[in-house]
Amino acid sequence: MELGLHVKQAEVHGMSQRGGAVESHLRLSSREIFSDLIPLGKADLILSVEPMEALRYIPFLAPDGMIVAATEPIENIGNYPDKEKVLATIRQSAQHLLVEAEPLARQAGSGRAGNVVMLGAASPYLGISTEQLEAAIARFFERKGDEVVNMNLNAFRLGRALAIKEDETSK
Amino acid sequence: MTKLLLGAEAIAQGALDAGISGVYAYPGTPSTEITEFIQRAQRDPGKAVRSAWSTNEKTALEAALGMSYAGKRSLVCMKHVGLNVAADPFMNASITGVHGGLTIVVADDPSMHSSQNEQDSRVYGKFAMIPVLEPANQQEAYEMTRYAFEMSEKSRLPVMLRVPTRLSHSRSTVKRGEPKGQNPLNPSTGKGQWVLLPANARGNYQRLLEKQEELVALAESSPFNWVKEWNEGETDHDRETNPVGTSNRDGKTDQGGTTTQVSNDIIDGVTNGITGVIAFGIGYNYVMEVIRAYNLPVEVLKIGAYPLPRNLVSRFIEKHNTLLIVEEGYPVYEELLKGYRGDDALRGRLDGTLPRTGELSPGLLAKALGVETAEPNAMPAIVKGRPPMLCPGCGHRDLFHALNEVMRSYPNHRVFGDIGCYTLGALPPFNAIHTCVDMGAAITMAKGAADAGMRPALCVIGDSTFTHSGITGLLDAVNDRSPLTVIISDNETTAMTGGQDSAGTGRFRDICRGIGVEEKHIRTVVPLKRNHEENVKVIREELEYEGVSVIIAQRECVQTAKRKRKKE
Repeated sequence: MELGLHVKQAEVHGMSQRGGAVESHLRLSSREIFSDLIPLGKADLILSVEPMEALRYIPFLAPDGMIVAATEPIENIGNYPDKEKVLATIRQSAQHLLVEAEPLARQAGSGRAGNVVMLGAASPYLGISTEQLEAAIARFFERKGDEVVNMNLNAFRLGRALAIKEDETSK
Repeated sequence: MTKLLLGAEAIAQGALDAGISGVYAYPGTPSTEITEFIQRAQRDPGKAVRSAWSTNEKTALEAALGMSYAGKRSLVCMKHVGLNVAADPFMNASITGVHGGLTIVVADDPSMHSSQNEQDSRVYGKFAMIPVLEPANQQEAYEMTRYAFEMSEKSRLPVMLRVPTRLSHSRSTVKRGEPKGQNPLNPSTGKGQWVLLPANARGNYQRLLEKQEELVALAESSPFNWVKEWNEGETDHDRETNPVGTSNRDGKTDQGGTTTQVSNDIIDGVTNGITGVIAFGIGYNYVMEVIRAYNLPVEVLKIGAYPLPRNLVSRFIEKHNTLLIVEEGYPVYEELLKGYRGDDALRGRLDGTLPRTGELSPGLLAKALGVETAEPNAMPAIVKGRPPMLCPGCGHRDLFHALNEVMRSYPNHRVFGDIGCYTLGALPPFNAIHTCVDMGAAITMAKGAADAGMRPALCVIGDSTFTHSGITGLLDAVNDRSPLTVIISDNETTAMTGGQDSAGTGRFRDICRGIGVEEKHIRTVVPLKRNHEENVKVIREELEYEGVSVIIAQRECVQTAKRKRKKE
């Protein structure tokens, strides 16, 4: 909004607290956005905090799209597949960045900051500057005090550093 | 002032800025967030808008009508199936008409993301012969809500605002207008208007019929109905919006009837021969997405305000040889426009150009307009389903375990169920309930089955569902002395929709006693693992009683408890 971009974000409510899969379509554009839903095969990025869930939305991913996914499975179903096979499938499916989010979150100061680690890891692919994202994080956690703000900024930076390092190694 | 809002929140903001004095609603996906937004806004001092939850949609709509009678503006919100519950006041409020502006928001759920059907509320709007507004985006949701109140007071009719899940639950930027103050208390002095005795009702109905022409005229010139002409190479066109009915438009409204024929020959095979699209509500977004992505030479008539603007539609249809009708929901207007003889030049959901059921998408519109898109990659086979399930530690779980143990003694048993989190008890690993039809039906269906001789006749209903529509059914059972056991699974909240207040919390014993259930057959159990044996015993005892018994299985929802702990 602050950058003058058009925004649409569609989400499925109501199922998360009962353990169901939750998806959200985020569209950012300098042009007017019509559809709230991303067309199949047109998503630039799948950002997932769970590896199998990243694969669920592959039909939406553009041919040159990118998957950024946390590697820690949420195994709340009896038939959860083998984790290594899931990760291997991601590697075969698209450009990807797999993030062990939890250790990075703990390194930042809280195991609960995994989502912000993932945002950091996805940040090189968002088309929004680091400064803007960090300012938004600071504002989002402002009410909870400096300590929480700094912890989340750390989490963001650790995720981002990993993404940049991986990107350089792959070149 | 620009804000990032859900479609539902844009409606709520629009209603607040339109100067409502009250919102009345029963929670229901995807409408819940409207009322919740208004409840949160009550923290602002000096904005006294009445906003607590109603017991059901019927009580909500009637109260809103009463507020309108008193001269103030009121909002009522519900999901599509909630309108079935409120259908009686809904149909009759169009006969009485209104005094203060009354807007009825109905959130439809195409594809049944969280519902038992995908009924299209526009049919109800037509049935009641009231104006219906259908926004395509969050800004329109805001503007139309404000406009709805103006229109309601002008036409003296309730106005329906219909939104689908996809708009209600999607965020975008919304530019607010200047807020309006509330109406003063000014009760209606109309006499016959509000007393629907046949003699009065006949007159009112006649006046409603006479108003129809005026409503069509309003729709013809509505700021929400317009033609988006095709401009080759036009890929971007940002719409500057001004709040409330004065919005600029992308295209010019085809008011004068002088139009240019769109040439058919350049596009044959590119758009399936379709040169014109009539897009209703959010359908417009998917059409525009495709037209812009593939630069298709197609003209669009966008409809956001009903009744159907006849002249606008006729002129548009005459201009095009082949048209696509795009409706999110039932093919309501496609059926009307195609007519009994079935005009082949009108494509849509009825001839398979678009699917007959389910939500629209850019992909479906691309296909309908003849665009060959690359087949998307398939979801890898390794991905397993992750269905929703009862939370770990949920009291419903312990109840179902106890229930299942008892029911093992009754081969081929059936248990009547209802709507709420506990409907998940129909799925493995519980397989404990066998019906889920509509709010309150657990009790009345079990009663009917008991009357037919089924033993044991047993049902499970949630606390909020019980107060919503279960009490009257229980009274029927008491009056009829039906051998029936009702388990009220009381988690002290309306959990399914996110933990809203439940109307009868703390009073279920009293309610059941008041209806006439015998004191000794109103039992209370706490569904916990450690109480398993005792709970099994209580259920067994009451199943053996040849009369009405109620078991209140009472334990706070684990999610509510978690939220409370977080707050402390």
